[in-house]
Parts: sequence; structure tokens; C-alpha cells
Amino acid sequence: MSEFREIFDQYTWDDSLQSIFNKTESDVLRALGKEKRDLEDFKALISPAAVPYIEDMAQISRKLTKKRFGNTIQMYAPMYLSNECQNICTYCGFSMTNVIPRKTLTDEEILKETAYLKSKGFDHILLVTGEANRTVGVPYIKHAIELIRKHFSNVSIEVQPLDQNEYEELIEAGLYAVLVYQETYHREEYKKHHPKGKKSNFYYRLDTPDRLGKAGIHKIGLGALFGLEDWRADSFFTALHLKYLQKTYWKTKYSISFPRLRPHSGGLEPKVEMTDKDLVQLICAYRLLDEDLELSISTRESEIFRDNVVQFGATTISAESKTNPGGYTIAEESLEQFEISDERSTEAMSAMLKSKGLEVVWKDWENNWEA
Amino acid sequence: MKNDNLTIADKEFTSRLFTGTGKFSSSDLMRNALLASESELITVALKRVNVEDEQDDLLSHLNHERINLLPNTSGVRTAKEAIFAAELSREALETNWVKLEIHPDPKYLLPDPIETLKAAEELVKKGFVVMPYIHADPVLCKRLEDVGVQCVMPLGAPIGSNKGLKTTDFLEIIIEQSNVPVIVDAGIGAPSHAAYAMELGADAVLVNTAIAVAQNPTEMAIAFKLAVEAGRMAHQAKLAPIQQHAAASSPLTNFLV
Repeated sequence: MSEFREIFDQYTWDDSLQSIFNKTESDVLRALGKEKRDLEDFKALISPAAVPYIEDMAQISRKLTKKRFGNTIQMYAPMYLSNECQNICTYCGFSMTNVIPRKTLTDEEILKETAYLKSKGFDHILLVTGEANRTVGVPYIKHAIELIRKHFSNVSIEVQPLDQNEYEELIEAGLYAVLVYQETYHREEYKKHHPKGKKSNFYYRLDTPDRLGKAGIHKIGLGALFGLEDWRADSFFTALHLKYLQKTYWKTKYSISFPRLRPHSGGLEPKVEMTDKDLVQLICAYRLLDEDLELSISTRESEIFRDNVVQFGATTISAESKTNPGGYTIAEESLEQFEISDERSTEAMSAMLKSKGLEVVWKDWENNWEA
Repeated sequence: MKNDNLTIADKEFTSRLFTGTGKFSSSDLMRNALLASESELITVALKRVNVEDEQDDLLSHLNHERINLLPNTSGVRTAKEAIFAAELSREALETNWVKLEIHPDPKYLLPDPIETLKAAEELVKKGFVVMPYIHADPVLCKRLEDVGVQCVMPLGAPIGSNKGLKTTDFLEIIIEQSNVPVIVDAGIGAPSHAAYAMELGADAVLVNTAIAVAQNPTEMAIAFKLAVEAGRMAHQAKLAPIQQHAAASSPLTNFLV
């Protein structure tokens, strides 16, 4: 079976970027007027030529989102299990060379965090770790899934890329989705930001969604870390990746996340700034490309930003997130992966959504069917 | 007017408008709209409810003497998962009715005919009242009838698309051939679409998105109720035939004396 790298290698970064910047107003108008849009339309919609049309894009995006997802927003919470990591990632607080206290949660601690999140109403959980294969490898992750499975209807992970058979093992244990961001699709820049550790292998990471698709996962979350390289080119490659995966693994559902570089300990200044306006343009462009796509906005983003994007494109959000292991109930002061921006309580988020005529969906899965 | 109730298995329905519970902006709004629709059969996605919680928000808002719950298996990908889900719902919700939805394709949520037929056969044997969501495929409808489903639910257009009856030609064949009630499910975006389905002879329609996402769901629910009644009445009253041709001004057969 094929892998994405075969398609990816047919493109160059510079040509792709150039082709986005070559899009004209008439390309944008054509894309806006169509009912089904392709990757060329997507390029037009993320291009500078589309900037004057962001309001029009948002209006269409709102209609499409409402039609497919109704007046609802899904809520999830991340649970950081460990900040141990053997990678060096220039932008990440958990990076190996950062001298910080390292912590990996015990069973008892995981259950304590679980109880807290359940008391807030969360039923969809995202487990997050760094990459420390000896202490936080597949056996640890599998055990954690088994431990919390009966408490949450939907369990996702954001951990190091794994092999197909390892994913199969975790799916068997009750795993629903895997989030794996390429960070950047710029090969050389990728190398610069990931000089050491397993993560420095660009192609192994690039083919991770293929391994997930082959393993039969329910959902794959894609994305690029904005700030490392040009957001337009990275988004084009993400969309190319998405379209390939949708055709190849048609039983799998997809979501897109939009992480922008946030301050953290030992922080890296973004090389390329992505403004709120840019991000709105991108969210709308994804919705116009694919009306069924889940679009997730985390607490990295500000209150005002989130209050608005839930009304015209976002389908999934988190609230009150802690990005350090044990952050909810145990180690409130330990090191975070990044600082969150929207610090509102879960109750405040629910109330905000309600005031905008949006129903909070806490549960939209049942993981007992596959027992 | 004489009794024109619809019977499916052991239940009789006055209303031929079936509805769903997804996409509403709040549970209160959902309840108001669904009560206004006078719908008596309301489908609810099992994955959305917490069957162990007696205070479940969605279920408690559907607690009304007129409302019969129709649990659906949305989210399952295979016959095996569907059967498991149906059994879980029979136990938890105390109903042997199930709307069988098997869509391995999470994007367009199109039903898998092969898995659906397999699951339907098994579920009928297990004593379920099976309402299968399927393509407007006349042969599949007959095959499902053969294994004992109590109705068929062919789609009018892709689910949630609001495009109306894109499958009219096939729906007409299904309605003509079926020995079980035909309920047009999915794609109905406006009361006129619902009325048209009923005029064609559908026994009922199922509408969710078009009500839930309307600016005013309660008024839209009433509009659908009236449209379904009008369409049904028109069907019963026998529509005048559509004039296919005008009388020719230069007759071709006048030589036949």
C-alpha cells in the first residue's frame, strides 16, 4: 500500500508557496462561488488575494458548519500524563535539554485527575505525553487507556508516533483517536527544530497517519505548529495530506487543530507570525474545503478569539486545560508545556456557549460497543 | 375523515412526521420544537446518551407520554457493532425498537448496504423492531423485507444536506413495490420536500436537521407537521394526472377513419 511520502515528494515547498501567492482575486471569487471546492480553491482561499473576502468566507463557513454540526460544540479536556522527553524540540517546554522537574503520573494520580475532570462534566479525554520510550512507552500508554476507559466515553492520545501494530494494540485497548501534528512540512526547517531524538526522523512522522489508517483508527487529528514556517505553505501541505488520507482511509474521520507557538520556559520566538486574522482566514478556508471536517480550537487561543470562532467554524474546544502532568489536582505548580491563554473555567465556557445559542456536547461516542 | 393512522409493528401513529434530536442549540429548544411537531417517534443517537445516568439531559427532555423513543446506532461501522449497540439500548432504554444506521464512512454518513442487511437479519431474529436507514435501492428494500424488517427508511439525499428528494425515481419504485411502510429519511430540507415525499406515497418522513438548524425551530416544526399532513391528504385524495401532452393542432391519425 502507498504512503503519503510518495505524493509529498512530488511537491516542493517553494513552488507550492509561489503558487499560493500567485492566486488572484478571480481565483478567490471562483472558489467562493463553487459548491464543492478542491485544493486549488483552498490555495486561493488562504492566499493574500482572499484577505478582502474574509467576512464573506466567514459567512459561508458559518452556514456550512451549522448545516453539518448544528448548533453544537463538542468539549474535551487534555490530561498530561508525563513531561519526560528524549527529544530536543526548539519550541517545546518539555524539550530534553530544558532543566525542569520531570514527572510521570502513577495510577493513583491518573485516577485522581480523572475524578476531577469527570466532576467538571468531561467525557472525551485527550491523553498527552512527551517521548520517553523506556518509561512512557506503549505499555504505559496502554495501561493508562485501560485504566480510564470505563470513566470516559471517548479516549484520544497525543504521544510519540508509533508503529502500526502498536496502534492496533492501543485501539484494542479502547483508543478512539490519535492527534499527530507534522509541526512543519518544511523538511530542512523540521530538521533544525528537531535536531535530536526519534522525532528528528521527518519521514517517519510524515507517514504516521498512514500507519494509523492501516491500523483502522476511528479518527486522526492533523495540524502544523504555526510560527515555525510560512503558515500558508504548511496549511497547503496539511490539506494535501488530509485529502490523500480521506481517499485512502475512508472509514476514518479527520480533525484539524491550529496550534500557534505560545510562550513557554526556554521559549523560541516565532519565526513567522500568524495573526488572528490569518487564523480566521485559515479556519474558514478549511470549512469551505470540507464541510464535514472537525476543527478544534484549544485554550492556546484567547477568550475573545474563541468566543467568536465557535460561531462560524470551530466544532471542538477544550476548557480550563492544564498542560503539566497532574496539573488539575496534584502538581499545580509543576512545569507546563506551554502557557494557555483562555483560562476560563469549564462552567464559564459552557455559559458562554449557551449565551451564543450553542449546546455543549459532552458525550458523542460510546466506547463499550467494541468491547 | 376516516382513521389514517400508520401502523409499524405493535404501534400506531397518528403523526406521520418522525423527528430527531441532533443539532439543536439547547435541550429546552429541542423539546419545544419536537412537542410542537406532534411527532410521536423521535430518534436519538445512543452515542449521545449516557444510558447509565437516569438524569441524562437529553433523555429527560424527551420524557413525554406522546413520545416514543427510537434509539439509533449512529457511529457504528459494522453489523457486529450495530447488534451490540442495539442490545445495549434494549436493556437500557427498555425498547426493542432500533433505527439501524451503519455508516463506515464518517464523512457523508452513507449507509453500508451489506452490513445493514446482515445486522437486520440478526436483529429481527433477536426480536427487534428494525428500521433500517439505507440507500434508495429498491432491491435492497425487498431483501430487507425478506429478512423481516418492519419498515424501510431510504434516503432522499445525503444526510444533513437539505437537498430534498434527489432519489425520486428510486423512491417511486420502492413505494410501488414495498409491503412494509416506507419512511423517507435524510435530505429533507424544507416542508415542500416533505409534502412531496408524502404525495409520492411515502408512509412517513423523518426530519431532523431542517428543524434543528432553522432560525426558529418550533415554527419550522409546525410547518413540517402541516406539510406532512397536506402531502398525505393529497396522496389520499388522488392527485390529478399531469397532462403529458397538448392536443396536437395537426393531428397525425385523422386518416384512421
